Amino acid sequence: MNSLNIYKEHILDLYRNPHNKGNLKNPTYEFSKNNPLCGDEIKIQFNVKEKKIKNIKFSGQGCAISQASASLLTDKIKGCSINELKKFSKREVLKLLKIPISPARLNCALLPLDAINEALKNVRN
Amino acid sequence: MNIKKDFPIFENNPGLVYLDSASTSQKPKPVIDSLKNFYEKENANIHRGIYDLSENVTEKYGKARTIIAKFINAETNEIVFTKNTTESINFLAYTIGDLIPSEKDEIVLTEMEHHSNLIPWQEFVKKNKFKLKFIPITKNYELDYEKAKKIINNKTAILAITHISNVFGTINNIKFLTALAKEKKAITIVDAAQSVQHIEIDIKKIGCDFLAFSGHKMFAPLGIGILYGKKELLEKMLPFQFGGGMINSVSYENASWTEIPEKYEAGTQNISGAIGLAKSVEYIKKIGFKKIQKCEKKLLNYTLKKLKSIDGLELYLPKKQSSIISFNLRGIHPHDVAQILSNENICIRTGHHCCMPLMKKVGILGTCRASFSIYNTKEDVDKLIDALKIVKKIFKK
Repeated sequence: MNSLNIYKEHILDLYRNPHNKGNLKNPTYEFSKNNPLCGDEIKIQFNVKEKKIKNIKFSGQGCAISQASASLLTDKIKGCSINELKKFSKREVLKLLKIPISPARLNCALLPLDAINEALKNVRN
Repeated sequence: MNIKKDFPIFENNPGLVYLDSASTSQKPKPVIDSLKNFYEKENANIHRGIYDLSENVTEKYGKARTIIAKFINAETNEIVFTKNTTESINFLAYTIGDLIPSEKDEIVLTEMEHHSNLIPWQEFVKKNKFKLKFIPITKNYELDYEKAKKIINNKTAILAITHISNVFGTINNIKFLTALAKEKKAITIVDAAQSVQHIEIDIKKIGCDFLAFSGHKMFAPLGIGILYGKKELLEKMLPFQFGGGMINSVSYENASWTEIPEKYEAGTQNISGAIGLAKSVEYIKKIGFKKIQKCEKKLLNYTLKKLKSIDGLELYLPKKQSSIISFNLRGIHPHDVAQILSNENICIRTGHHCCMPLMKKVGILGTCRASFSIYNTKEDVDKLIDALKIVKKIFKK
């Protein structure tokens, strides 16, 4: 596989200008998750109102893949209900990225979703 | 002399630029041939086989031990075969308690240890209620020897230090540190995983009690490593593992152990690995450390000069450096650099290099690490530099 297929302009754009990057003042839920392979860490914070994701932000440093994934994922799930979010699959994340992901980079692509899933464990029904 | 031709991997992977030898080295033909020869012509188990094949292999296994012992100026029975450096250090963390007098309860490491010389001691101090202390690194990625003088004291039971940093390539003055430890009657352990293939090691000159290294980083097969231990200490400790091959006599209730080093080699050993490791030692000796160092130094200087010409490239350089270079391209994650380099058939390693606390201390997420061996050439370096320029181009705009 030509690994340059993954550095498409839309990915690099999000790396330079990420969406929803920063911190929330009073998050209802947050979770930090690290990728033990590279040491990258991502923090996801969100507010829940009437069982829906109101605001969502991510912070931390990472590679182009994990940063683009975090931008796309947070864009996508803003406004989602908790139940919808719980059903969100790994495949859907890869679909959002629109690039071929090799097994070695799967952890990078899925790190933001993993952090969200961990945070969801604390959400009371 | 073209050393690259000794390594079949380059013939089978044309254009391969392998800059990850600090992780594992490629293997020369004599080592590969020794494995093939062993399994096709010599395979049998060692000890107690009263037939020619077994006797022949037992003799070869013993000779391999002697060759490796001589390589570091040790006695044959001071060499214990293990799986790798990690296992050698874990071995010590399990057994060394027997050697520590009750008034001592501190273990001194450095801030640049690989996880393999950190976590076994973290577990040791938890279990034995000891304290862990660290010789700090300076802003030049070197050890702070002045502070070491205070950190190593009468309470120091063990000093366990790396000879060469696997991240920055820093060559540590271990002789100085082992001498400090000996003044305080501490046990000294040296992790030589990154040095044994680059620097001639004489355990008597280093002045250490134990020394650990892996075969696979020094051209030998995977799965074979060494723990050197001073005879009188190895004799005092209890075995790390129990089973066949390490006993003197056994009843249903009890057992007694055989002599060192077999006392520490329970179960069927990695015989072909041990013979292969001896072959790699012979290969290194044939080339000679003088030549190895000259070749590596030349390449290191050339690489540093070239890297310094790239705008936005941050280097992490100690004063005294081995064949390991850590760097970052400003604003570009190491993973992304390695991915694009891989597209150009260049292998480097990225991330925290099994040194998470060190990365945190230096204040970086990780680095790109290029590590060299005798088979690397100036052309390899030129390809690396060109590829780094491609990375910059892709991430620009």
